[in-house]
Amino acid sequence: MNATQFNIHGVRAIYRFEMTRFARTLWQSLATPVITTVLYFVVFGAAIGGRMGEVDGVTYGAFIVPGLIMLTVFTESLNNASFGIHMPKFTGTIYELLSAPVSAVEIVLAYVGAAATKSVLLGLLILLTASLFMPVQVLYPGWMLFYLVLVAVAFSLAGFIIGIWARGFEELQFVPMLIVTPLTFLGGAFYSIDMLPGAWRTVSLFNPVVYVISGFRWTFHGSGDVSMGISLAVVSGLIGLGLLLVWGIFRTGYRLKS
Amino acid sequence: MALRDAFRSKEDRVSEQGALSGVRVPEASAGDTQPVISVRGLDKIYGSGLRALSGIDLEIRRGEIFALLGPNGAGKTTLISIVCGIVNPSAGRILVGGHDIIREYRITRSMVGLVPQELHTDMFETVWDTVRFSRGLFGLAPDAAYLERVLRDLSLWDKRNEEIMTLSGGMKRRVLIAKALAHEPAVLFLDEPTAGVDVELRRDMWALVRRLRDTGVTVILTTHYIEEAEEMAERVGVIHKGKLILVEDKQALMAKLGKKQLTLHLQSPLPGIPATLAGWDLTLNNDGSELELTFGADEEQACIPALLRSMGELGIEFRDLNTRQSSLEEIFVNLVSERK
Ligand SMILES: Nc1ncnc2c1ncn2[C@@H]1O[C@H](COP(=O)(O)OP(=O)(O)O)[C@@H](O)[C@H]1O
Ligand SMILES: [Mg+2]
Repeated sequence: MNATQFNIHGVRAIYRFEMTRFARTLWQSLATPVITTVLYFVVFGAAIGGRMGEVDGVTYGAFIVPGLIMLTVFTESLNNASFGIHMPKFTGTIYELLSAPVSAVEIVLAYVGAAATKSVLLGLLILLTASLFMPVQVLYPGWMLFYLVLVAVAFSLAGFIIGIWARGFEELQFVPMLIVTPLTFLGGAFYSIDMLPGAWRTVSLFNPVVYVISGFRWTFHGSGDVSMGISLAVVSGLIGLGLLLVWGIFRTGYRLKS
Repeated sequence: MALRDAFRSKEDRVSEQGALSGVRVPEASAGDTQPVISVRGLDKIYGSGLRALSGIDLEIRRGEIFALLGPNGAGKTTLISIVCGIVNPSAGRILVGGHDIIREYRITRSMVGLVPQELHTDMFETVWDTVRFSRGLFGLAPDAAYLERVLRDLSLWDKRNEEIMTLSGGMKRRVLIAKALAHEPAVLFLDEPTAGVDVELRRDMWALVRRLRDTGVTVILTTHYIEEAEEMAERVGVIHKGKLILVEDKQALMAKLGKKQLTLHLQSPLPGIPATLAGWDLTLNNDGSELELTFGADEEQACIPALLRSMGELGIEFRDLNTRQSSLEEIFVNLVSERK
């Protein structure tokens, strides 16, 4: 290996390792989000949605599908990516990664790529599940897939950073549970922010998750809380921020090397 | 490519000689006199403010077995970890095969294999998957035949399909060695390889180290067991409180610092050391029935006949005599106590 050659075997090894971990716990990995989603459909779609009118020109049940997929993609990306890098830190096997001829770019590509792959697959599985309950229409399938990948990458990158930052499993759970889940619920997963009173609508606009969910909803229904351009900009911004943080982490060895 | 040969049968060697074109390890032809590892002015101060290494200068020769000897907390693991890229140095420069470990980390890291002190292993992975993973991680294409030979050599072949967590501690250590060898490193670090290891594995490990050395692999082991350094190493570096206090060929070290003892078993006990022998470093043991002389290992020829002559003149007779060379342990204790 020379000094500049891309370590494709290394990326493949990590990616494969992560996907094997996923396959080993296939049933938990798939069952939990799918069951949760079904429960949401039963509660919000059928029980409550029946009493609600149309939102953005679609039935309430159809309206919440993109939000539900986003919710799953957020949590799964964060959990998988953070666990994937935190576990070697916890067990000590990270010594091998740190002593291997892999660059920061390759490490991130492999871990974030694997986590994002899982999330995208799960997102699509939930879409499939949802379509068993009601007719789901995707207006722009190409955009939908592209945007799904983008969001999965953004949140997997965030998860990767959390996995390095966390000093224990409590901290690992902290960000997804105490920050991302509330922001998601307040971010219009289950309602359009147009339904909020004026002051709360303004507050909501400070929540980046609003923009993320809005863009995904646009790919389904052709309308969202904000324009698609803004949503794309926000998601790209999140990825950019994540890359910047990762760059800093690997340059200084923050919480990786003493 | 020497390491590869250690795990290949003769037939393979002949048949595959032409196939080994994807050479990653710089060949020794770059000048065998160039040290394989060169450490200059290395300092390490941990975030806690603890100074773990100060001013380490060290050169490791290509193909040697080098033992880094020192008590717990001396800084052995820190030194190894810095060379491998796991810990950041605070100051100093390190070259592996002539390449800087920071700027040219891809080259230096693919040359180096590390067996860590602690049993850090995956749990649910199988033995086979984990060695395959290691080989890939270090940038090499899969090579089932090579990995099979490594596993067979470490008596792990029968366990290849077992999950690592089901293995005993000794077996896990073998797995870590197999992982470190999976990418055919030119330099192998063994951090306290035999701490808490059973006799059989220790013997196997020593045999393996010699075999690796015979194929040109440089082996650097850390230990706080003197016997291990004494048994294995060609050169020994003694590290204490973060300072490398000496580096010597083992033989030279023994000769320079090793003391010898001559024990004379007397016919009849002496009440005390006779005044005419006061110039000698003598002690009287076992109720006066044993007389022990301590002398430098290089003084042997002059010393013993002279003492025996003097004793003959005094009429002291002895039944038997034997000499004993002090072990590295004693040497080490002396070195460390001199420093205090
Ligand atoms: N990550 C760390 N942070 C702070 N101090 C450390 C760290 N690792 C080791 N040390 C300290 O550095 C010194 C040298 O440790 P180490 O290199 O592990 O010694 P050895 O391997 O010779 O037993 C010890 O005092 C140890 O407590
Ligand atoms: Mg140690």
